[in-house]
Amino acid sequence: MATLLIRGGRVIDPSQGIDRVDDLLIRDGLIAGIGPAETPADEIIDAEGLIVAPGLVDMHVHLREPGREEDETIESGTAAAIAGGFTSVACIPNTEPPIDTQGAVEFIHQKAARADTCNVYVVACVSSNREGRELAEIGQLVEAGAVAFSDDGSPVYDAELMRRAFEYCRMFDKPILAHEEVLELSRGGVMHEGLVSLGLGLPGMPAAAEEVMIGRDIALAEVTGGRLHVMHLSTAGGVELVRAGKARGIAVTAEATPHHFTLTDECLRGFDANFKMSPPLRTARDVEAITAAIADGTIDCIATDHAPHAIEKKMLELDRAPFGILGLETAVGLSVTRLVASGRIGWPRLIEAMSTLPARILGIHRGTLADSAVADVTLIDPAMRWQVDASRFRSRSVNTPFDGWTLTGRAVATIVAGRVKFRLEEHPGEVAPPAATSP
Amino acid sequence: MPLEDATPPAVPSSWTHRHLLDLERLSPDDLRLLLDTAARFKAATEGCRRKLPVLAGSTVVNLFFESSTRTRTSFSLAARRLGADVVDFSAAGSSLSKGESFIDTAKNLEAMGIDAVVVRHKTPGTPHLLAMHLGVGVINAGDGPHEHPTQGLLDILSIRERLGSLEGVTVGLVGDIAHSRTARSNLWGLTKLGAHVILCGPPTLVSPRWREFGVEVSHDLDAILPRCQVLNLLRIQFERQSTRPFPSVREYAHLYAMDRDRLRRARPDLVILAPGPINRGVEVSADVADCAQSLILDQVTNGLAVRMAALWLTCGPRAAAEEAAAMAASRGDA
Repeated sequence: MATLLIRGGRVIDPSQGIDRVDDLLIRDGLIAGIGPAETPADEIIDAEGLIVAPGLVDMHVHLREPGREEDETIESGTAAAIAGGFTSVACIPNTEPPIDTQGAVEFIHQKAARADTCNVYVVACVSSNREGRELAEIGQLVEAGAVAFSDDGSPVYDAELMRRAFEYCRMFDKPILAHEEVLELSRGGVMHEGLVSLGLGLPGMPAAAEEVMIGRDIALAEVTGGRLHVMHLSTAGGVELVRAGKARGIAVTAEATPHHFTLTDECLRGFDANFKMSPPLRTARDVEAITAAIADGTIDCIATDHAPHAIEKKMLELDRAPFGILGLETAVGLSVTRLVASGRIGWPRLIEAMSTLPARILGIHRGTLADSAVADVTLIDPAMRWQVDASRFRSRSVNTPFDGWTLTGRAVATIVAGRVKFRLEEHPGEVAPPAATSP
Repeated sequence: MPLEDATPPAVPSSWTHRHLLDLERLSPDDLRLLLDTAARFKAATEGCRRKLPVLAGSTVVNLFFESSTRTRTSFSLAARRLGADVVDFSAAGSSLSKGESFIDTAKNLEAMGIDAVVVRHKTPGTPHLLAMHLGVGVINAGDGPHEHPTQGLLDILSIRERLGSLEGVTVGLVGDIAHSRTARSNLWGLTKLGAHVILCGPPTLVSPRWREFGVEVSHDLDAILPRCQVLNLLRIQFERQSTRPFPSVREYAHLYAMDRDRLRRARPDLVILAPGPINRGVEVSADVADCAQSLILDQVTNGLAVRMAALWLTCGPRAAAEEAAAMAASRGDA
């Protein structure tokens, strides 16, 4: 019987309402209890001064495999995940080909098992071949292990198809993860439509493009009783819609990305494609609304929308460069810096948003330190100041706008099913303190 | 800084820029230096007709990813008037059509030993991107709807020649502001030099949010007409519009075309500019385009002067004259 004792950390488990300094014992890959440990363990990690949390769950990750292995693979993406403190990721099916068959789901599971790094949950397509014309074989995909459905990258454009998807997914109690965008309004856009885009002459993507579609999907969720999860919510108006939907008792949840609560459209002034994402970086007012919505729970969780693109694809004219940035290896640092260190939320809320709730939305048995649960645990140093260095990323790509930023808070150990998969102290080059100034 | 001297003068140390990418980030002093330099070049070359070989031995590449006749010709001529060699590069038929990235293309050209790149591209920010990747001076000759700094400067120079100063002058920019790089360069340049700018056109082309940049916005040309000392009539850029921002050309012309009737209701000393190419009958009627108040042909000459100034400031000899001479010599050796 292998035991691992995590001693003296601040154990935070929102699923049980726990937040206290204590020991956590793991036996044979399962949680064996929180409390003063009596028996000696096979392995002991001294967690004094660290946060001991249920393993972090990122429910929005583009692993790119199959089809775009030059950007990321399941192996490199999951390596990035554990380095960022994530024990579980849900991969989005806009691969080439898209994940819309049992065989494709099997492929992901097999690759993930081979990589043997963190848990990989499969989000499968809503529509066959992600074309938005007819439903994918959702029942078969659920049987193969798909945990949610999404055509992310694109909205499910046909409102009737979206309605059917909500109705059909109800049968399996699976959520639809929705990319909310009215394409006619955002066509050709490379950034948020606002004062900055006006001055730069760059085609804009108005907030309304996102909000109109959120409004439609909330109405469809209401009429069908289906479960809507709004991906990468980015606008103040979208926050209001979700808040109103929740108040009416509609099954709507939402996520926000670290970049949407950290950066604004002002960043585009340098024309750097590392600031080009969809939905785009919005205004300071939107950033404030997103932050407040995370604090009050309107936005349930933080997800990265980790979107690797090889450097030669990003180093192009703004209109030719693809949307999206990396997220897995900067999410904890950005979230701690922007939300916790700034006093906007407490640690239990952060852990809830990065572990408990995404696990609950996906219906996976993770995100808890309850007795006998699978021992996925993340240890976070809440005070560590460190400098982002994209050249050290595990990801195959380097498309981050945060290179060189100094952040507070970092995962120092990532434990998956009782096995220590990542320890920062084994990578001495990365624990050196950063330069004095922060950007 | 007498240009008439036999030895070419050095670029003044007050010019601290390596490139000319936009007017938004230039200071009023930078703008005045550009305009004054252009005026001097114009005088020293008898209205841009004579050569003044202060850039002899330099090579300028016209890197045009978007079609252009007059701007490219103007830059070529300006470079030749200054004694520089000019290489024209157009995207069609180049390696770009074989999938090479524009940065690689530009780096290849740079490796051939050039001194400045004049770039036009349909995407805003592309000259800025090039400036980050190249070691030579970059001049923006129009980046999509973003900026066209030499066009803005030549418009401003034309107004200054006619009115003496920009301070307190009311300038109406009429038409397709949304898609107009000329409008943006004019707007920044004019406001920095103290002019009052009115943007005029339908709300689909003139966002009310421009007011937040400190300019006036109007959707009624007839209402602002009596107040304008200068009108700059911008071309409707049909090619950049995804859906038509007004019901018909006929309706647009009815509301916004500068014709004989409107000219009668304007100030008698109204000055008219049009950056060209113009759609006669859409933005301006033919008789108004050719009337005495029109500076359209002055703009062409001033375009040469401004581009000479831009090229010289970008790749002319810097203050340390010996160093510049050494560089010129090493270029000659190579």
